[in-house]
Amino acid sequence: MLLSIKNLKKSFLSSDGSTQKVVDVASFSMESGQQIALSGTSGSGKTTLLNLIAGILQPDEGQIELSGRSMSGSSEAVRDRLRAQMVGYIFQTFNLLQGYTCLENVLLGMSFGGDLDEDRAVELLENVGLGQRLDYHPRQLSTGQQQRVAVARALANRPKIVLADEPTGNLDPKNAAEALSLIRQTCRDREAALLIVSHDKAVLDQFEDSRDLSDINQAIGKVGEA
Amino acid sequence: MLQIVLRSLRQHLLSTLITSFSIALASGLLMSVWVVKEQARRNFTEVDSGFDGVFGARGSKLQLVLNSIFHLEESPGNLTWEQYELIANDKRRVKTAVPIAVGDNYRGYRLVGVTTNLFEVEFQAGKKFEVQDGGYIFRSDKKQAVVGSFVAERLGMSIGNKFHPYHGLTFDEKEKHAEIYVVSGIMKPTNTPADRVIWIPIKGLQNMSGHSVETSSDVSAVLVKLQGNKHGMMMNQQYNVQGDVMTFAWPIAQIIAQIFNKIAPVEMILRCVAVLVAFVAAGSILASIYNSMNERRRDIAILRALGARRRTVFSFLILEATGIATLGSLAGFVVYFVIMSVASWYVRSETGIVLDPFEPQWVMVWAPLAMQCLGSLVGVVPAAKAYGTDVAENLIPNS
Repeated sequence: MLLSIKNLKKSFLSSDGSTQKVVDVASFSMESGQQIALSGTSGSGKTTLLNLIAGILQPDEGQIELSGRSMSGSSEAVRDRLRAQMVGYIFQTFNLLQGYTCLENVLLGMSFGGDLDEDRAVELLENVGLGQRLDYHPRQLSTGQQQRVAVARALANRPKIVLADEPTGNLDPKNAAEALSLIRQTCRDREAALLIVSHDKAVLDQFEDSRDLSDINQAIGKVGEA
Repeated sequence: MLQIVLRSLRQHLLSTLITSFSIALASGLLMSVWVVKEQARRNFTEVDSGFDGVFGARGSKLQLVLNSIFHLEESPGNLTWEQYELIANDKRRVKTAVPIAVGDNYRGYRLVGVTTNLFEVEFQAGKKFEVQDGGYIFRSDKKQAVVGSFVAERLGMSIGNKFHPYHGLTFDEKEKHAEIYVVSGIMKPTNTPADRVIWIPIKGLQNMSGHSVETSSDVSAVLVKLQGNKHGMMMNQQYNVQGDVMTFAWPIAQIIAQIFNKIAPVEMILRCVAVLVAFVAAGSILASIYNSMNERRRDIAILRALGARRRTVFSFLILEATGIATLGSLAGFVVYFVIMSVASWYVRSETGIVLDPFEPQWVMVWAPLAMQCLGSLVGVVPAAKAYGTDVAENLIPNS
């Protein structure tokens, strides 16, 4: 099993001092190469769940295991290393570093995992159709092209799982369809699992395994209950 | 990591350059103040033109030394020729006595009347005053002059040139003497105040038209080389403590050191200013990086999301601050050479003392290093902010 989640809970303090439970997942798992789409409305805890899986956030309770290694019970430094080595992350706003070229952005995706390979970075960008724009900065690219760079970067560290948070949210329908197709195909080619969260029906309809987050996350609709 | 830091420095190029410049100013200023102080003190106190002491009219020893050795200041008064002979004939204690007379100039450069035995004295170990090829030392009974190398260079004088002396120590066209002197030789550079004067026979200066006939045999000072140090102490007792006719300025280095003791508070202020500038420059690194933290926060969050550890982003900021300080420290050498070029030119033209900007000094090691340490230290503040950056909060928007 690639990803295993058990009794995962995460709450945040609200501005009024009350505790707001955002994530409460009893059980969730993924196999290598599996592609799952989770649907959920805005504020349903989709990003928090992905951040917990990526080790960016530490859960209050529960376990997350990635390839048999505990993400939830590890120190922040270990989580950072696991993320650098095993997780690719695609964001809605792409989160490319504006001061860096396409190639450098992809190289950055490799650098913290300790596997810096410029040839592979070039190959990844060629695969997403940006082989001619290696030295372009993000601002010189269209939004669709920027998302392609983000896809290439997410796969730069040979991740076992790619987490995609509303990856088509900033794209027009045509670019969105292309980007989604690219993400799915690239993950297949690289044998990486894909967990995508979106509220876009067009995206969700593309997946054989599409689930409603409220079926998994018991915290939805229970705001304020700690 | 280094590439990320270099990229960040390039991304904030303007603030990097401005901040580096302030570091360069601080480092250059610190080195210049230090080197000028060290070299000036050493070079001034080492200049004795080969003499142990100076006899002159009753008055300030410092003024006497400045006037007769450094060719600065007014003469405190005259000695009679008989007094000179008294000193010169004290063979048991005085090895060499050279009388000098001042009071005239040529275009602002002093004419110093002297006897030719000046040219037999070693002004530094193994070095005597010598004229350049083609010239010769003036004849005592002729209106001839040996021109110091600096004067010759500045006034474009060469052997065979003729000139009228002017009365007084400052140049006034109306004070022209009738006599015409001929340049018999140009002195080889000595890097001492001797380069800044024109040497003529002492009788020539004493008997210059317009000078008082009654004082025509007087001398301004007598430079002496002693048979031994113990005689200096005895003569100091005899002339300065017990006598009240002449002043015996001895030892020369100790008297010159008084100047530096007097200006020590100024030195201290200059050093304090330089150190303050260093702190202000370090503060500018802090301000420049800290002020850009808002725009960097997202970038830091992205790097953390890609797997960068907290300590890694902490190191980025420390390295960036150190990088700016390093750049500034290197540029500080340019500032140092500019300041030193101006300072050494000015000091040489005013005193004849040469400051060497290229002479290795420890301050050239510790000042740049101190600036780098200071830069790294102030980098801790923005680095701590980067360390505490919350990834989830800064990776907007959340869904």
